Amino acid sequence: MSRIRDNSISWETFNEGLWKENPVFVMLLGMCPVLAVTNSAMNALAMGIATAFVLVASSTLVSLLSKYIPKQVRIATYIIIIATFVTIVDYVIQAISLDLYNALGAFIQLIVVNCMILGRAESYASKYRPLKSIVNALGMSAGFTIALLSLGVVREILGAGSLFGIQLFGDNFQPWVVMVLPPGGFLVLGAWLLLFDWVNQRQQKKAEKQEAHHAS
Amino acid sequence: MNNPEANDEVSTTKEHQADTPSLRMISVLTGIAMLSGFLVVFTSQLTAPAIAENQRIAIEQAVSKVIPNSVSHREFALVDGQLGVVEKGSNQKIVYAGYDSDGEFLGIASRASAQGYAGMIYLLYGYDPFCQCIRGIKVLKMTETPGLGDKIITDKKFQKNFEQLDVQLNKKHSALKNKITMVKQGSKKNDWEIDAISGASISSNAVGKALNQSAQVLLPELYPLIEQLKQAE
Repeated sequence: MSRIRDNSISWETFNEGLWKENPVFVMLLGMCPVLAVTNSAMNALAMGIATAFVLVASSTLVSLLSKYIPKQVRIATYIIIIATFVTIVDYVIQAISLDLYNALGAFIQLIVVNCMILGRAESYASKYRPLKSIVNALGMSAGFTIALLSLGVVREILGAGSLFGIQLFGDNFQPWVVMVLPPGGFLVLGAWLLLFDWVNQRQQKKAEKQEAHHAS
Repeated sequence: MNNPEANDEVSTTKEHQADTPSLRMISVLTGIAMLSGFLVVFTSQLTAPAIAENQRIAIEQAVSKVIPNSVSHREFALVDGQLGVVEKGSNQKIVYAGYDSDGEFLGIASRASAQGYAGMIYLLYGYDPFCQCIRGIKVLKMTETPGLGDKIITDKKFQKNFEQLDVQLNKKHSALKNKITMVKQGSKKNDWEIDAISGASISSNAVGKALNQSAQVLLPELYPLIEQLKQAE
């Protein structure tokens, strides 16, 4: 494979995942952990970090090895690489905290099938140099973690009246239980998507207006 | 995606595909699988002590919660009505004997489980042979609905049921004198009854069921062994 691509690293390389192509709010990838484990801020943060580790590590390895991987077996190879790092994360979380491990449940193992990670390996890491892939993976991870956190924080505050396990309100607070249940995930995700799109559209309109202004 | 360069590259790789020998594919896959195997084994070896320690701490905390005032515990395996040494990895019935700071025997903790609303509920309960009652329970693992079923952990009134739950044996020491029964919230009259949580009756009933099933079998089996346990420390 000839490397004619631009391998220079810029803010855009990082920002792509953080904002422009945010895996959750723009591409809507990896919805399964997004909806399932964001019932508390701590779970969301842990899931974000675990996914970030797998994404960065697998992107690095895929990028390093891409020259040697024949096209026909590339998906199988990527899956092996991703599964390896997921298993490593699984062990590490068990070693750090069993409570956290039980709270995240099967969703740690399910990082394997997070399409964001396979998508990055296929469409980015296999095409660019390791350093650029790492920067991009870091951006994507940051975008993913922030998205998970923004869901987790809202759901925990509304659904349990606490943040990172610390009670925010007095005993009289009646938790809005549905928020920590699966439907709450959809509601909060919908609200965030609405906000994200609205901001994006406003920015676009502003840019158009400015262009029109310059033209006239 | 829209630049012409990318399209060119796709066509060149397609031509290239035809002549990748299968030997190369096999060797690449084998190599990567070996690398992966090495990494996994390495991490597993590295984290094994920490994981074992975490599990030990989790059990330690659970035992000290269900046997009040206990500071240390010993594990025993129940084999054919005798106390035995716990063998790692085997499917033995394990009980934990709790002792206070002077080494006095306080009680026995054992696991129990039953089907809840959304899955199995696993719990640990502490049996005090001196009052012939259950002194506390701790839910080890459950997948009940947050806000409803998980009240079996958070509801203080429900937990109060297990501060002194009567589990006396009958005269023959073959079963419980009174079956542990669930009653509607607020209608508990006898020491062997458990007030269910309204709104989480399936989950709280499962706790009662788990306790009853386990205690009916375990306590008669333990009865002749209590003296032995007292002297164990």
